[in-house]
Amino acid sequence: MPNTNAAATSVALSIPAKKRKRTWKKIARNWELYLFIAPAFFYFLIFSYGPMYGIQIAFKSYIPTKGIFGSPWVGFDHFVRFFHSYYFWDLIWNTLSISLYELAVGFPIPIILALAFNEVKNGFFKKLAQTVTYAPHFISVVVMAGMIISFLSPSTGILIRMIEWLGFTAPDLLTDPRWFKTMYVLSGVWQSAGWGTIIYLAALSGVDPGLHEAAIIDGASRFQRVRHINIPTLLPTMTILLILNMGSLFGVGFEKILLLQNPLNMSSSDVISTYVYRSGLVDAQYSFSTAIGLFNSVINAILLVVVNQIVRRTSENSLW
Amino acid sequence: MLAGVRETKRDKLFLFCNTLYVLIAFLIVFYPVVYMVSASISNPKLVASGEMWLWPRDITFDGYKRVFANSNIWVGYTNTLIYTIVGTAINLLVTLPAAYALSRKDFVGRHFFTGMFMVTMFFGGGLVPTYLLVKQLGMIDTMWAIVIPSAASIWNIIVSRTFFQSSIPRELQEAALIDGASNIKLFVRIILPLSMPIIAVMALFYGVGNWNSYFSALIYLNDAAKYPLQLVLRQILVLQEMGAQGGGAIDASTAAAMNTKAEIAALVRYAVIIVATLPIILIYPFLQRYFVQGVMIGSIKG
Repeated sequence: MPNTNAAATSVALSIPAKKRKRTWKKIARNWELYLFIAPAFFYFLIFSYGPMYGIQIAFKSYIPTKGIFGSPWVGFDHFVRFFHSYYFWDLIWNTLSISLYELAVGFPIPIILALAFNEVKNGFFKKLAQTVTYAPHFISVVVMAGMIISFLSPSTGILIRMIEWLGFTAPDLLTDPRWFKTMYVLSGVWQSAGWGTIIYLAALSGVDPGLHEAAIIDGASRFQRVRHINIPTLLPTMTILLILNMGSLFGVGFEKILLLQNPLNMSSSDVISTYVYRSGLVDAQYSFSTAIGLFNSVINAILLVVVNQIVRRTSENSLW
Repeated sequence: MLAGVRETKRDKLFLFCNTLYVLIAFLIVFYPVVYMVSASISNPKLVASGEMWLWPRDITFDGYKRVFANSNIWVGYTNTLIYTIVGTAINLLVTLPAAYALSRKDFVGRHFFTGMFMVTMFFGGGLVPTYLLVKQLGMIDTMWAIVIPSAASIWNIIVSRTFFQSSIPRELQEAALIDGASNIKLFVRIILPLSMPIIAVMALFYGVGNWNSYFSALIYLNDAAKYPLQLVLRQILVLQEMGAQGGGAIDASTAAAMNTKAEIAALVRYAVIIVATLPIILIYPFLQRYFVQGVMIGSIKG
């Protein structure tokens, strides 16, 4: 009995030992791969994990001369101040409503457009339409904002002239808070709907032609084939993109908002991220701004996990 | 799909509506572009009144003359070129070797590194801590603040890794290693020459990103001589600082003079938009397939 036991232990010991030896051998043989990964490793370590160390100033009263580590702790003071401020609910509402508005309008349009591109039979027209609708993706945010400002300028803008031709008096869309969100969302759709079709077109190109042939033989119309073959094909892609979009509900892209913001439309254009920028870098309230940023990223992370969990329970498509 | 199948009436109607829909989408995107080109070379009065709404009228190149006479724009152009070239080179040097290492199944620690990189997709330090870090590193007001803090994107690393995993035969790599090639030699002599498509895609993605970015310059640069094009554009297009040229007092100027000023400012804005966007819009159709390829590789999960 003791004999076999000893043999068993020696075997049990030797397997991990052998494995470890092999692992070391692999590491030694591939030492150059660690050189390959080093720049990226140090980049993420310094510029992504480094700032995470700085998050502690959200719980401190940051004093530049004392540095991040030496500044005194204040606990949750900055968070409490933020939650009790009169603009707190405005910021939350603007952030959420812009995101949801963008999702409601911007999410279905690329899908419909991709389905439509896929049914165009004239190859030249299809290619032309695709090339042209993809192109705005490459216009910078600054130029995009410049275009919006030029087209909507009350004195010279063509869109204002067109609204007048239709017999309406146009409000000053650039400064009217009621129109800010629509202006933001629709210009976003103009810029990115075409580009957004690529991923769906890739999925559509993977449809088994046999399915369509069988459906044609069964007498299905084109519309029925789109409805019952193409749309179900897109469902997994749609789910993944929807999760990603839901996860960033509180992370509305603020580069364009910052450019279109002006004192007059502030009541509907100020979102959490632009507020973080203003309070942090313009007004130099480092700790307060960090606290708001931390609040925002924690909500983002939670949202992403929750939405992914819900989707995983209800279907087999999820991020992880 | 099937050749020779006759379209029913219902199908014809469907195809007609579909083509109409695509045509409308096409026009909605195309019209503003045509309009801007026309507006940049038309009489600003006709542009403002809406009389010029499609084709150029009463052609003038005044807008472009003013743009070319503006030294800020050329300084910005030069700076942007430098930042884009240096930045994209750094992006590629960081992204490609890392992506290749992660693509190797025999690379011990790949799960650790992948995990460590992926976390940054979901959680970060935020604006102020990043700013303080860059400040502490002494990068404020230097080119390095523009190119280093955005040296790599996890998304692009994953896309490149997927390419290396799926497009380069493993047997080839194993054979080279058995023949005694070092990993560096394997990467430089065999992998990179086979990876031109992904190198092109990455160079384009990063290049366009660098060309178009304004925010890091906005927060890290104070010296106007170092401003990239996008920041100069922001001054002209968004803050409209060019329109205020030539004395600003409103007192004596009549409404007509004010209008003329606004009209000329609008003309200049259109010319600036064209000058700033032209390079990318002109090259883009030739490179379109690379961009599309990039999105497709990215859409393969894993």
